[in-house]
Amino acid sequence: MADITLQDIIQPENLVYEKSKLLTEKPFHYCPGCGHGTVHRIIAEVLEELGVDDRTIGVSPVGCAVMAYDYFDVDFVESAHGRAPACATGIKRVWPDKVVFSYQGDGDLAAIGTAETIHACNRGENITMIFVNNGIYGMTGGQMAPTTLVGMKTATSPYGRMPQWPDGTPNNGFPLQITSLLAQLPGTRYVTRQAVYNAATVRKCKAALKKAFQNQIENKNGVNFVEIVSNCNSNWKMSAVDANKWLQDNMLPVYPLGDIKDNFELIKK
Amino acid sequence: MGELKLMKGNEALAEAAIRCGADAYFGYPITPQSEVIEYLSEQNPYERTGMVVLQAESEVAAINMVYAAGAAGKRVMTSSSSPGVCLKQEGLAYIAGAEVPCVFADVVRGGPGLGTIQPSQADYFQNTKGGGNGDYHNIVLAPASVQEMADFVPLGFDMAFKYRMCVCILSDGAIGQMMEKVIMPEQKARMTEEEIKAKYPWALTGRKRGTEHRVITSLDLDSARMEEHNRHLQRKYAEVTANEVRYEMINCDDAEYVFVAYGSSARIAQKSVQLGRAAGLKVGLLRPITLWPYPTKAIESLIDKGVKGFLSVELSCGQMIEDVRLACNGRVKSEHFGRVGGIIHTPEEVLEAMKKQIIGE
Repeated sequence: MADITLQDIIQPENLVYEKSKLLTEKPFHYCPGCGHGTVHRIIAEVLEELGVDDRTIGVSPVGCAVMAYDYFDVDFVESAHGRAPACATGIKRVWPDKVVFSYQGDGDLAAIGTAETIHACNRGENITMIFVNNGIYGMTGGQMAPTTLVGMKTATSPYGRMPQWPDGTPNNGFPLQITSLLAQLPGTRYVTRQAVYNAATVRKCKAALKKAFQNQIENKNGVNFVEIVSNCNSNWKMSAVDANKWLQDNMLPVYPLGDIKDNFELIKK
Repeated sequence: MGELKLMKGNEALAEAAIRCGADAYFGYPITPQSEVIEYLSEQNPYERTGMVVLQAESEVAAINMVYAAGAAGKRVMTSSSSPGVCLKQEGLAYIAGAEVPCVFADVVRGGPGLGTIQPSQADYFQNTKGGGNGDYHNIVLAPASVQEMADFVPLGFDMAFKYRMCVCILSDGAIGQMMEKVIMPEQKARMTEEEIKAKYPWALTGRKRGTEHRVITSLDLDSARMEEHNRHLQRKYAEVTANEVRYEMINCDDAEYVFVAYGSSARIAQKSVQLGRAAGLKVGLLRPITLWPYPTKAIESLIDKGVKGFLSVELSCGQMIEDVRLACNGRVKSEHFGRVGGIIHTPEEVLEAMKKQIIGE
């Protein structure tokens, strides 16, 4: 058999994977091993597959994904900390035919922006809300988040998150199950919790995201809310591999994966 | 041809928004401006023009809805009163940094804090000197009548889109609550998607991939670029200062002493001018209509013409007086007179203050 050169292999018919056309050439600034890059990729793939790039407007948060707008080749507005659901509401109300999504982390969505989150969901805005939960403030350097697990060490809970002192006096409070809470609201249509730590979860997450966008595109009313339980290996101070293992062992028991609500019906678990 | 109506200032503001083709109002109730959102809800402009009216969960949410809907090229507005405006300052700073056009109205009440629901002009600093973080300005228009409450809405939108910045309509509880006759303009059509796309290429309306990257943000971590962005904003503010200063002069041609007052205080000071003239005093009134940019040159020209002193008449403990003094630059005397706490000065006491503090009897 004759020698096969690289040029022989790099042919369109041999293509098994390529970067989504809706991602720009800008290299991600995310830490190696972080879930944001994967989540960005599958969102871009979904928007490309749905063919809505020319009418999509994204809302980026304050946090690690603040510059998400650099990576997506669609229109973007950068919101104030926690205000992305209000921004998405503003855009969708004046442009009901556009596809509008917000992208937020746990400090942004579940702490400083809790009011905006709950009320956008309660109004049943026809938007897609994407929530990346890694249980810690990433960009500011690893402080405690509302979703930080009990006992988890962070820069502001250096001895581990302790909801109450031994005598019952309030201290750090409890991990906030914001997604389960939002599922209780009549304005949420589709609420799901996903992850991206291996190929199988990435595929499931992509399918969930696709549904969350499809519902909006089909003008079905109600918020489509996708939580993605992710890692922060830098601030968790672990290797990427260890962080993904730790996520499965520790995060998932508190934040179990799967659909929580579909078509306005709570799914019994 | 307009339509003659008897309306509250707050209602006139709301009706003017509908008639000038505004696309949306996002607000939150607070006394003494709740009539704005009440009137809009009652009128149901979504039926009349397609204008969206939404009661947000907070002032914070409302201004962020304005920020993003404005970033998407629409003509959007909000309104509030003093403590609510504090909450809006976060969004207003983002709007300034990201250069988003919008109109917001502050119907001022007394402070600090929860203060009182009675009229006040103590939000002058908050609106003309910033309020949010960073080096920025909003254009500040000060209506002195119900008619101007209506007129300044379309004017505000024109300025907002011309300069891509926020225009503040700064009134007070008296202007917002009082009823006067007002001529309402004809209904204007809202802009179409094609018109918005053609006129505002920066607006986020969705775009084909591969076309020019478009983002509305106030963030840039590159120091050199951020310095240039700030320089750009300052050049824009200089252009606004050169082009947009508005004021009114009453009996100033031969005046020796001049009241400086805006909004409700200007209405009262106008009467003080009449009383003073009747008593043989050569007094006049300078009424700033733009509080930022401030009519500094108008004060300078009055001094050049021989004015010997200015009295800044405000429903505050002395805020605009700082701009009057900067304009006077020590050349002539300038003092402040004001009532606060919801008490409105009488024309007589304003004239007395001029005699005592400036003319010197």
